[in-house]
Amino acid sequence: MTPEAAKKIYSALVRCRLFEDKIAELYPQKEMKCPTHLSTGQEAAASGVCAALRKDDRVFSTHRCHSHIVAKGGDFKALMAELYGKATGCSKGKGGSMHFLEPEIGMMGSSAIVGGTVPLAVGSALSSVMQGKDNVTVAFFGDGGLEQGSFHESMSFASLKKLPILFVAENNDMATCTHLDVRQPYPELYKHAESYAMPGVRTDGTRAETVYEAAVKAVARARKGQGPSFIEVVCYRWKEHVGPNTDFHLGHRTKEELESWMAKDPVKLFGEMAEKKKLLSGADQKKIQADVTEQIDEAVAFAKSSPFPEPAAMYQDM
Amino acid sequence: MAERELKYSQAISEAHVQSLERDPSVFLMGVGIADPTGLFGTTLEARKKFGNARVFDTPMSENTLTGVGVGAAMCGMRPVLIHARNDFLLLTMDQIVNHAAKWSYMAGGKLKVPFLIRAIIGRGWGQAAQHSQSLQALFAHIPGLQVIMPATPYDAKGMILQAMESDMTTVCIEHRWLYEKTGPVPEKHYTVPFGKGRLVKEGKDVTIVAVSHMALEALPALEELSKADISAELIDPRSLRPLDEDMILTSVKKTGRLLVVDTGWKTCGISAEIAALAAEKALRYLKEPPVRLTLADVPTPCSPVLEALYYPTPKDIAAAAEKLVKGTSHADTGDSSKPLREKEFTGPF
Repeated sequence: MTPEAAKKIYSALVRCRLFEDKIAELYPQKEMKCPTHLSTGQEAAASGVCAALRKDDRVFSTHRCHSHIVAKGGDFKALMAELYGKATGCSKGKGGSMHFLEPEIGMMGSSAIVGGTVPLAVGSALSSVMQGKDNVTVAFFGDGGLEQGSFHESMSFASLKKLPILFVAENNDMATCTHLDVRQPYPELYKHAESYAMPGVRTDGTRAETVYEAAVKAVARARKGQGPSFIEVVCYRWKEHVGPNTDFHLGHRTKEELESWMAKDPVKLFGEMAEKKKLLSGADQKKIQADVTEQIDEAVAFAKSSPFPEPAAMYQDM
Repeated sequence: MAERELKYSQAISEAHVQSLERDPSVFLMGVGIADPTGLFGTTLEARKKFGNARVFDTPMSENTLTGVGVGAAMCGMRPVLIHARNDFLLLTMDQIVNHAAKWSYMAGGKLKVPFLIRAIIGRGWGQAAQHSQSLQALFAHIPGLQVIMPATPYDAKGMILQAMESDMTTVCIEHRWLYEKTGPVPEKHYTVPFGKGRLVKEGKDVTIVAVSHMALEALPALEELSKADISAELIDPRSLRPLDEDMILTSVKKTGRLLVVDTGWKTCGISAEIAALAAEKALRYLKEPPVRLTLADVPTPCSPVLEALYYPTPKDIAAAAEKLVKGTSHADTGDSSKPLREKEFTGPF
């Protein structure tokens, strides 16, 4: 890994973490009036994959989409304003937390239907081939996405047509509060790839560098026209399914389990690794944290002071 | 020089070929569309001219292929997805309703989904409950979609070409019995705007709004009615969303009577929407309550005897209109009542 890549990954990890932390802090004010699914703890998937992408590469996401857009380079102001339902939001206050997008940076949108954007990402990859472009597309989805027909149909079609796409499954073991072992017969998600004649790899979602390395390979393969790849990222959701709090009190997981994963904080682990390998100094890391904190504070001020949509906006953008 | 006539299926084929020629972002896909029959001939010419790269067969993964169309559309392409039957659209409701129809709005207009989905209504030769549904009402209910049902070769070509210029998703529902019908079709590229109905015949006593193939079934009914000295006005709405409310209301205000004939079911159907339109916006002009003539509210039966009872016929249309105007009807609506194409259409598909 180069120092540039390490800086890119670390910046993305910090941007994702601090953005979610700020939302969790402000959400109880009840000014963000939309269901908000935080990615806290799962940042390595988005950060590792997006660091392997170009600006014109595209990503599609899910209801838990914050990290994907932030890691791709999303504009904090437009995102924060969207959470506050403002006209200056990334979709003018029409989408909210579950539908973040910024086409200018290749973030094409997010669906609140599990597995919903996987086919869209395949369509994006097909369009690149038909237009003679060499950009690649990433479909981010969760372990629940594998339970949808759309996942299997998409894997099949993308492989058949050798499309330039990465299927990235963030396996956090939970669909709301339901664990993987009561939903799927086959816990090694990455092995599904074999049935669709594409490479599948499992990566460690507490170690962003493992995700990055897998993504670099998959992107190179896709760009050369060799077809799709599947990357499983084993990770853990720190917060409740939707909202700013924890949920171990419900009894479906324990506080000890949460703490054991928090001890393997992907942001902290990557920072330590980067410092040890002299890829990014501790001072540089502190500078990144300070800059991002300042940007997020500015975004909150921007969002709070922005106007709400005019009533006429209701019938626009159909 | 006489105007050139084409079959409805040929008009569709020509629309595809012309849009593929004009716009490199257009492509066609669907289950079986590149097979030797070319979806009742509508994709044969396009496949011959543009090959596998732009006209291709797909796996039987209708929902995902709909999503592929949505994704490609928002990335600068103009996909066309074609289904041999309406019924298969039900497999794709998530991608049509949750994604195609919503993406532009959820994106604050930053992305558009210019996407045409064609699907065919089957009828006759015992096609039964899963090969003959007429599901326009399901789609016309959804904000963010355009729903068209061209009934003539001219409209089939012009409305498909209009869909190819629109930046929204369009569901085009075509009746299989229209495919062999001929009519004048200009060779040049032209478009028929959505939201504008077709005034088939002017009249003063009763307004008949007839959807898709029912607009053809209504033609012999008009002759019957004229024998009974009834002047009926016939409107083919051809676009259901947007609907030409002005044309329907202007006519209803003139005639004071409304008969709606649909290829679909009555409950919560298009006929309910059109009757409600008249009730909401022209009630004071109505001399009689609106009348709806639709399929029987049951799944399509297979046996020819039951099938014949299931579909409204020209005589049913004439009888309903006559009753609306005169209070009684002299038309025979019993066993002798036959649908328009029963003798011609002998299957198997």
